[in-house]
Amino acid sequence: MDFIDYYKVLEIDKTASEADIKQAYRKLARKLHPDLNPNDKDAQKKFQRVNEANEVLSDAEKRKKYDKYGKDWVHADQIEAQEKNQRERQQYQQSQRGRTQQGNQRSSNSGNPQYAGNFDNDNDEDFSGFFESMFGNAQRTKQTKFRGQDYNAEITLTLESIMETHQQTIVVNGKNVRITIPAGIENGQKIKLTGYGAPGENSGPAGDLFITFVVENNPNFKRSGNDLITTVNIDLYTALLGGETIVETLRGKVKLKVSPETQNGTKTRLKSKGVPVYKKEGEAGDLFVVYEVKLPTNLTEEQKKRFKELSELK
Amino acid sequence: MIIRELIPAIEFCLHHNIEISFIESLNHSGLIQVTRHEQQIFVPIGELKKLETFVVLYRELDINLEGIETVSYLLQKIELLQERIQVLNNSLSIG
Repeated sequence: MDFIDYYKVLEIDKTASEADIKQAYRKLARKLHPDLNPNDKDAQKKFQRVNEANEVLSDAEKRKKYDKYGKDWVHADQIEAQEKNQRERQQYQQSQRGRTQQGNQRSSNSGNPQYAGNFDNDNDEDFSGFFESMFGNAQRTKQTKFRGQDYNAEITLTLESIMETHQQTIVVNGKNVRITIPAGIENGQKIKLTGYGAPGENSGPAGDLFITFVVENNPNFKRSGNDLITTVNIDLYTALLGGETIVETLRGKVKLKVSPETQNGTKTRLKSKGVPVYKKEGEAGDLFVVYEVKLPTNLTEEQKKRFKELSELK
Repeated sequence: MIIRELIPAIEFCLHHNIEISFIESLNHSGLIQVTRHEQQIFVPIGELKKLETFVVLYRELDINLEGIETVSYLLQKIELLQERIQVLNNSLSIG
């Protein structure tokens, strides 16, 4: 994941006070809040960032970690635990070295009652040190567990394929993962598969797998939320006198009645012939059919004459 | 017969931790329509989405009633313009 400078996101200085942060957040939220920017995905994305930045910087503890560890701030506890562990080990090894030197001095001074007394009063740490000096310290090392890295994947879907809930198998790290893709999934929608990321270290939990769905554009259908828009060509005579036309939908063909004197650009709504509503079985958007009237070309002399007669009848 | 589902305003206020006077002010300025019955205020379910947006503006963004009125008016304008753009885009894709 790229490093996000939360200070830059909130347009504040690193020395900003709590009040400054609050004020900066309010200012940006007033500009970018989704309720104030209907249908503006760009503003929504920016607002998410602002929110994230505010969540971190307005919390003194989180901010401290963020300032210290930057992009790794979420792992601050793990890093600190590891550092503490390392420090303890170093201190311990130093004390061991000191003891060995002391012991050598004492052994040359045999008969000293302090030696026996010291041995008897050895605390737990010294005792473990005794075993470590015999068996090595590998067995006693406390290991910090690390969560595995998250994976990101992208699945491209056709508009046709999202009309029904279906299953798809993807290969993640050599493992087959079968996922259910609900009908009506949005372009750019993300799902999380917990534990399908990289394995953790030192028996830590595995990361997660994030799948982003990309719904391809269809040349014949334009998606607008759960509604679809398609254009159908009709000839001049059907437009003028009425008739029937066959319309292709993503759920098969439909016969439509064209009313007499249908204008170019007239819209007809086919209820529930659009994209299914995500996770709402039985509900779907509508299909809007836009009529495009095609004028005849390569007219014969006779046809031209008749059209002229018609035009004179106006 | 039209059945209107109504929510007691007091319940909404408790849930969102706001004063009932806020709802009354919104009603007074015509931003939402509420119903009164036996001295109790009820919010029609159709007004709920609008009301929740106003609560966000008021509490999270610190916008006062006059500001909410202005924002609401401008939002309506944006929505109208977006609809117009959609219609124009559709007619462009036809042509």
